[in-house]
Amino acid sequence: MAKRRTIVTDYLARVEGEGAMTVKLAGDEVEHVELRIFEPPRFFEAFLRGRHFTEAPDITARICGICPVAYQTSAVNAMESLCAIDVPEPIRLLRRLLYCGEWIESHALHVYMLHAPDFLGYESAIELAQVAPVAVERGLALKRIGNDVMTLVGGREIHPINVRVGGFYRVPAKRELRTLVEPLERAREAALETVRWTAGLQFPERTVECDLVALSLPGEYAIERGRIVSSAGLDLAPAEYDKHFEELHVERSNALQSQLRGGGLYLTGPLARYTLAHDSLSPGAREAAAEAGLGPECRDPFRSIVVRSVELVHACEESLRIIEEYEEPDAPALEAEPVAGTGYGVSEAPRGLLYHRYRLDSDGTILDAKIVPPTSQNQLAIEADLRDVVARNTRLGDDELRRLCEQTIRNYDPCISCATHFLDLQVERT
Amino acid sequence: MRTVVIGIGNALRGDDGAGLAVAERLGGVACEEEPSRLIEAWGGAEAAVLVDTVVSGAPPGTIHRFDATDAPIPARALRSSTHAIGLAETIELARALGKLPARVVVYGIEGTSFDAGGPLSPEVETAVNRLVTTIEEEELCTSAP
Repeated sequence: MAKRRTIVTDYLARVEGEGAMTVKLAGDEVEHVELRIFEPPRFFEAFLRGRHFTEAPDITARICGICPVAYQTSAVNAMESLCAIDVPEPIRLLRRLLYCGEWIESHALHVYMLHAPDFLGYESAIELAQVAPVAVERGLALKRIGNDVMTLVGGREIHPINVRVGGFYRVPAKRELRTLVEPLERAREAALETVRWTAGLQFPERTVECDLVALSLPGEYAIERGRIVSSAGLDLAPAEYDKHFEELHVERSNALQSQLRGGGLYLTGPLARYTLAHDSLSPGAREAAAEAGLGPECRDPFRSIVVRSVELVHACEESLRIIEEYEEPDAPALEAEPVAGTGYGVSEAPRGLLYHRYRLDSDGTILDAKIVPPTSQNQLAIEADLRDVVARNTRLGDDELRRLCEQTIRNYDPCISCATHFLDLQVERT
Repeated sequence: MRTVVIGIGNALRGDDGAGLAVAERLGGVACEEEPSRLIEAWGGAEAAVLVDTVVSGAPPGTIHRFDATDAPIPARALRSSTHAIGLAETIELARALGKLPARVVVYGIEGTSFDAGGPLSPEVETAVNRLVTTIEEEELCTSAP
């Protein structure tokens, strides 16, 4: 008779948003693993129908309080590709600067407040702050500088309001951007220290073998645009996304789960970006990665904390480079005339690939919208990883196993809907 | 004793601006619910009075009071934040870092109307007036030397 055990965590802390997870064990046999996520984009897709195409960036920004810039960027990319608008270089650079601010804010939050306590054996960032105040203050300072970048370029730190189809409502003067140089230089030092700090954590040895998917551009660590590439050799325009990826509805969850068409899970996010494009990281980020012992690829979800730290360095250095190069554009935006048809947009949210698709009629009314957030895309990979982690650790006691399960989920920095308010974790053993 | 009144909210969303209205009337500051901004806002103060809007199911205009001086405020009390680090967590982070004023009181005004561009509802307007007086008489005065 297999041993029966039931483990329940009513509230899984340190993830953004809320959902639920269940693990069922019969003795050493893992019977069932599911991660339920109540993602809101399906409602937003309906909200978007009948709205004007220029409203998409502001409406979709509301999907997430942590990564609004990702939603705005994928939305404007989709609209601009359909309207055949190619924004001038200064606009593109400003968009990347705004996006770097979001990466800094989001990664600093995850590394220090949400993820680090797992490695150091603390329940929360508050406990961590009692024993490692210097580190936590460094994290808060980094996050704040990310917020400051978003405020200056985006007009507001949470749900920025300055992004529009064709460009921005207002572009900053170069002297305004220069006020960010000194804070960003401090942030770069803090980010380098973050890499050293996270590289010194203890990691269980772990490798995930699934396909990795990220955006790619020659010579760039792609953030605000790019082609979709994979470790298995895919190389797609954003418009080809639906031909190769599909979303499935599973009965147990309101969230759709993505997979490669014909079956096959894949992973998007920091591990995918690093493995597919580490050569294009900024010089300081490359050097920090090497010093941290990261090789040419990183498929260890636990070490994603080091990769996020390396990306923090990159985001700071890239921001400084953009401010140095920036020249004010002639106009803050190009006028976009709507075109009937379908537009596709992608960008690299802090957690991974964010895909938008919109169908417009000739007066610019949105007829249909599809939004695939990174956490939906990663959901199957997270479940597969969780199943394997549980299978390898059935000898652990309930509390230890529960903690390991929670950490396994947090390794992916899942951004669960801001609109739902519960995540409970259940491990059932029968 | 130097006291700072900090209003949290969004003036463009009806009753969500209640905390900002109180802070403005008392010569306080408005602050985003971002950890380092809040810690900066009460930096150097010996007492902090924080005012936010809450939705708990109580009648509109109800004033909730939480004393965070010695113990955490109930995390669920102010769960209107969509961000991972809300006000309750920020207060505890600051406490752990030794960056919390000696005295911290949090007021929550129960809101009812959050229309974009809308005014404060009459119930909340009344509560704002009442809370301004309360803070002047009790919080600011009792803390005077």
